[in-house]
Amino acid sequence: MKLVVNGTAREVEPRAGQCLRTLLRETSHVEVKKGCDSGDCGACTVLVEGSPVHSCLYPALRAADREVTTVAGLGTAEDLSPLQQRFVDAAGFQCGFCTAGMVVTASALDDDQRADLAEHLKGNLCRCTGYRSIRDAVTADAVEPLPRSGAVGERVAAPAARRVVTGTEPYALDLTGDPADGAVPPTAPLHLAVLRSPHAHARITAVDASAARALPGVHLVLTHEDVPAVLFSTGRHENRLDDPDDTLVLDPVLRHRGQRVAAAVAETPALAERALGLLAVEYEPLPAVLDAEAALEPGAPLVHGDKDAAASRIADPQRNLVAELHGGVGDVEEALARAEFTVGGTYRTARVSHVALETHSAVSWLDDGGRLVVRSSTQVPFLVRDELARVLGLERERVRVLAPRVGGGFGGKQEMLVEDLVALATLRTGRPVQHETTRAEALSALPTRHPFRVAVRLGAGRDGVLTALAVDVLVDAGAYGNHSPGVMFHGCHESVATYRVPNKRVDARAAYTHTQPSGAFRGYGLGQVVFAIESALDDLARELGMDPFELRRRNVVVPGDPFVVTSLPQDGSEGDDGLRYGSYGLDQCLDLVQEALGRGGEPAPAGPSWRVGTGMALSMIATTPPRGHFADARARLLADGTWELSVGTAEFGNGTTTVLTQIGVQALATSAERVRLRQSDTDAVRHDTGAFGSAGSVVAGKALLVACERLADRVREVGAQLLGAQPHEVALGPEGVRCGAASVPLAAVHAECVRRTGSGPSADGGDDAALRSVAFDVQGFRVAVDVDSGQVRILRSVHAVDAGTVLNPVQLRGQVEGGVAQGIGSALFEQVRAGADGAGAETTLREYYVPRLDDVPETEVLFADTCDTIGPLGAKSMSEAPYNPVAPALANAVRDAVGVRLRELPMTADRVWRACRP
Amino acid sequence: MDLTTVEAILPVRDRAALAGAHRGAADTALLAGGTWLFSVPQPHLRALVDLTALGWEPFEVDEQGLRIAATCPIGALADVPFAPDWAARPLFRQCTRALLASFKVRAVATVGGNVCTALPAGAMTSLTSALDGVAELWPREGGVRRLPVAELVTGDGRTALAPGEVLRAVRLPARALRARTAFRRLSRARLGRSAALVVGRREQGGAFALTVTASTPRPVVLRHAAVPAARELVAQVEAAVEDGPGWFEDVHGDLDWRRASTLRFAAEVVEELS
Repeated sequence: MKLVVNGTAREVEPRAGQCLRTLLRETSHVEVKKGCDSGDCGACTVLVEGSPVHSCLYPALRAADREVTTVAGLGTAEDLSPLQQRFVDAAGFQCGFCTAGMVVTASALDDDQRADLAEHLKGNLCRCTGYRSIRDAVTADAVEPLPRSGAVGERVAAPAARRVVTGTEPYALDLTGDPADGAVPPTAPLHLAVLRSPHAHARITAVDASAARALPGVHLVLTHEDVPAVLFSTGRHENRLDDPDDTLVLDPVLRHRGQRVAAAVAETPALAERALGLLAVEYEPLPAVLDAEAALEPGAPLVHGDKDAAASRIADPQRNLVAELHGGVGDVEEALARAEFTVGGTYRTARVSHVALETHSAVSWLDDGGRLVVRSSTQVPFLVRDELARVLGLERERVRVLAPRVGGGFGGKQEMLVEDLVALATLRTGRPVQHETTRAEALSALPTRHPFRVAVRLGAGRDGVLTALAVDVLVDAGAYGNHSPGVMFHGCHESVATYRVPNKRVDARAAYTHTQPSGAFRGYGLGQVVFAIESALDDLARELGMDPFELRRRNVVVPGDPFVVTSLPQDGSEGDDGLRYGSYGLDQCLDLVQEALGRGGEPAPAGPSWRVGTGMALSMIATTPPRGHFADARARLLADGTWELSVGTAEFGNGTTTVLTQIGVQALATSAERVRLRQSDTDAVRHDTGAFGSAGSVVAGKALLVACERLADRVREVGAQLLGAQPHEVALGPEGVRCGAASVPLAAVHAECVRRTGSGPSADGGDDAALRSVAFDVQGFRVAVDVDSGQVRILRSVHAVDAGTVLNPVQLRGQVEGGVAQGIGSALFEQVRAGADGAGAETTLREYYVPRLDDVPETEVLFADTCDTIGPLGAKSMSEAPYNPVAPALANAVRDAVGVRLRELPMTADRVWRACRP
Repeated sequence: MDLTTVEAILPVRDRAALAGAHRGAADTALLAGGTWLFSVPQPHLRALVDLTALGWEPFEVDEQGLRIAATCPIGALADVPFAPDWAARPLFRQCTRALLASFKVRAVATVGGNVCTALPAGAMTSLTSALDGVAELWPREGGVRRLPVAELVTGDGRTALAPGEVLRAVRLPARALRARTAFRRLSRARLGRSAALVVGRREQGGAFALTVTASTPRPVVLRHAAVPAARELVAQVEAAVEDGPGWFEDVHGDLDWRRASTLRFAAEVVEELS
């Protein structure tokens, strides 16, 4: 049939059951994205004869002889459409994976539809921005242009902005580059599909793969008999010993529904799926434990009873105990017994899926030198490289991992979830192999946020001064321990350390269950524990008759106070983990939110069933993870007088690329057009721990700043010599080195340096994050609650952050808005439910509801005025933290409105309604 | 998503071809908009019979009322030339927007597809059953069978369609279209999937009907010669559901909440139409 895309016709032969999206991507229109493949997210929206359609739902055959327009047909990076320009100027994206569909949909709206945007964008999901900037891009009267270049502290667009809004910025499986550049496979890849466990707990007793292997077009079938007998963890950390070694690439024991059983590699995804259907697998079902409390009971079915505790670093595999933490100061029991006021309660949080719009995906191949190359959607290319080498028995130098722009991460890509399979398949077949997980796999088989049960007890005097704080925490690790020790430690650390209390107690355990594994997710456990503590504090304020802001002011730590109780997690005792008050703006944040919450906002809906209330909560976070987060950076002056900056950290919508470019622009006195940033490639620099723990801007940023400053010195020195001046007499500028009226172009400085030393000027920088600071967030809400339906309507949302020097106000605002939106999702809607047999009920984004534009109010974002002594240029990290205080602030507002305390997330309308019943 | 096991899409241009292609085999499905079919894996399917080539007029208005073709896109209902006295007009927009699916999906998804998918939250089932819609069915052996939509949908994902039988159209009587309607909907998020959807209808002659969908696995319709007392109707709804299909619960909301809201809505509908 004839397919006409963006005005160009070609002959194609679609398969009968093919959808338009895959046909477009197969014909190199990779600007069309796959976010859900079920018509729910809108990332694949294209115009057919001018009408927007979800191309994943549109039979390819129906596009015959019709005009199809993709986002790349609306404008080009060099010549943006006015709407694309508005998305650039409004910073209407973060990771950018939803943007193609967002722009195409918005391009088709008329004035009436734009005026009713909540309805007309409900079929377009964005997981990063919180939608405010998208709304501005689509509906604002005028959008102020966002400069393409600027120094630190200025409003600057993301360097990739023009490519993102035209769909031309490549993601992991957008294999459009020139293979000669080494970033895409030399030939079209084979496709890998995974057979997943139908049982919560079972042993594979037999696998017959002969029919699958005999199917023409099938190149490889992997079962548990075909993989290295090397235990590892999918969770990745700087120190690989942080996570228990409890996972095999393919394991004969299945410990949760959805666990990998086998993999097939074939010419097409359909053939790979057919091969899986031909596998004859016999299972011996085993008793399963699906609940963390039950898992710790004597006699519970064991999840990893076969493991050696010391070798796998599992606290007690014979009790399903992944890790535990106990610590305290003073005597909590006595303090509680003596306290004039006590409150307590047990709080529960849900299993929450990241829903990064780009699902986990990777493609691998062998380069000319026979080296294994893996191109992956990962936050941690270096850590994946190291672990791949270990599992596959390769020298580290024999493996390269690179990450193009990542379509959302939120911690979910601080894991090795697809790379091991494609790498093994490439090694076995010698061929490029790709694996793209489905949304159903991501929702029901891949790691989620850890569900927590937190029992909290507080004691205080009549003056509101806390005398006791105790938490008892149970963490559901799921079937594998990836990130569970870290999430447990971190969740109990800054949350408990936020308050100055003489008697504190922390008891925490993480338990294996036969459920979907839990993993890293924005906030890394803090949000769960903060939900409990901040809710209890709200109850305490009510008991005391004290303003909740005032109660916090009386009890929060201030510079000079130690961080108690679990500052050195290894042994639960105190010690120096490098945490310092590099700056302190919590007091300002409290004042800012209290003032702003009193004004503005939407009116409550009319009717006698609506109740109005306000609530607030705060949280503290360390600016980087403990025990070392490393970044190397290199800066070079190129022969043409432009700059090349190399870092290891990945861009997944967190905006580090923007900030790092700003740092380079400032330190090298240049403009963004003259800077090229190489990033997230194990070939780019020696090492980078990765883009997690909010480290992207502050750790890699500090390393890059050092490299750029050293390079600037070197260039000035050579330039001064060329000018016959002293280094202190010359200044670096965009064009060259200048001394008074005389100047020498940068290209000449480069040439001179080559002449003298044999190479152009370059300098390295590094940072180890040995010292860490603390950042603060305060969230306030005013809500209306309909006691008849249980619906919660947010009337006013205010969030103040203490992020030190603001490196880019547009971007920081976006990070905060996005964190608040994710917090609202966790607080009101999101939950992956495991049924009685361990099966997940939510396999599409219809069933797993993430906030739409209508669900996210505009949040007023306020910045404390501080300057950090530890972070680069006075800045502190701020990308995961805004999530943490959102749920308790909402719960406190709901409590204020309806007089009932909700202790379980999400506070869905049915739960709120039930709580309001007499 | 790609339906990887489908080997053929068979366009049919007349009823004979349709009967020949659609014999009720488990591996064959009817394709109209395709928005549900392509949204979930269909590993059992080998062939899709494409109804769109039949060229059915999306809607026809006559003195008897409105006839909506099964292949009428949901979004096209906005273009129906409503008679000035068709007071039920707002219900079309309310039910269209009750769908979780975006306007882009609704422009392609069809009224018949929504009804025959038979999801409890299927808003076209709500609309057509609330307006006394009668399905025109094409049995495979020929002729026409008529069945109220409220009886066509028999449960969550289940219909009264015989193997090989095709929904041709839904006819809405002018009597119902001239009625005043009251609409209530419950969902966790304001624009989320319906958890309860209640429509009241008061005809010019006084007759009253209440239709419950989304909180029950199939439509539950209660009729009265005049608007009943709220208390009486609520008790009747409760009995009709609990003696009948029971309340429905899924990931979009718990049963007790849906039940209580449905009963509250019934009372509110009475109040609005009294």
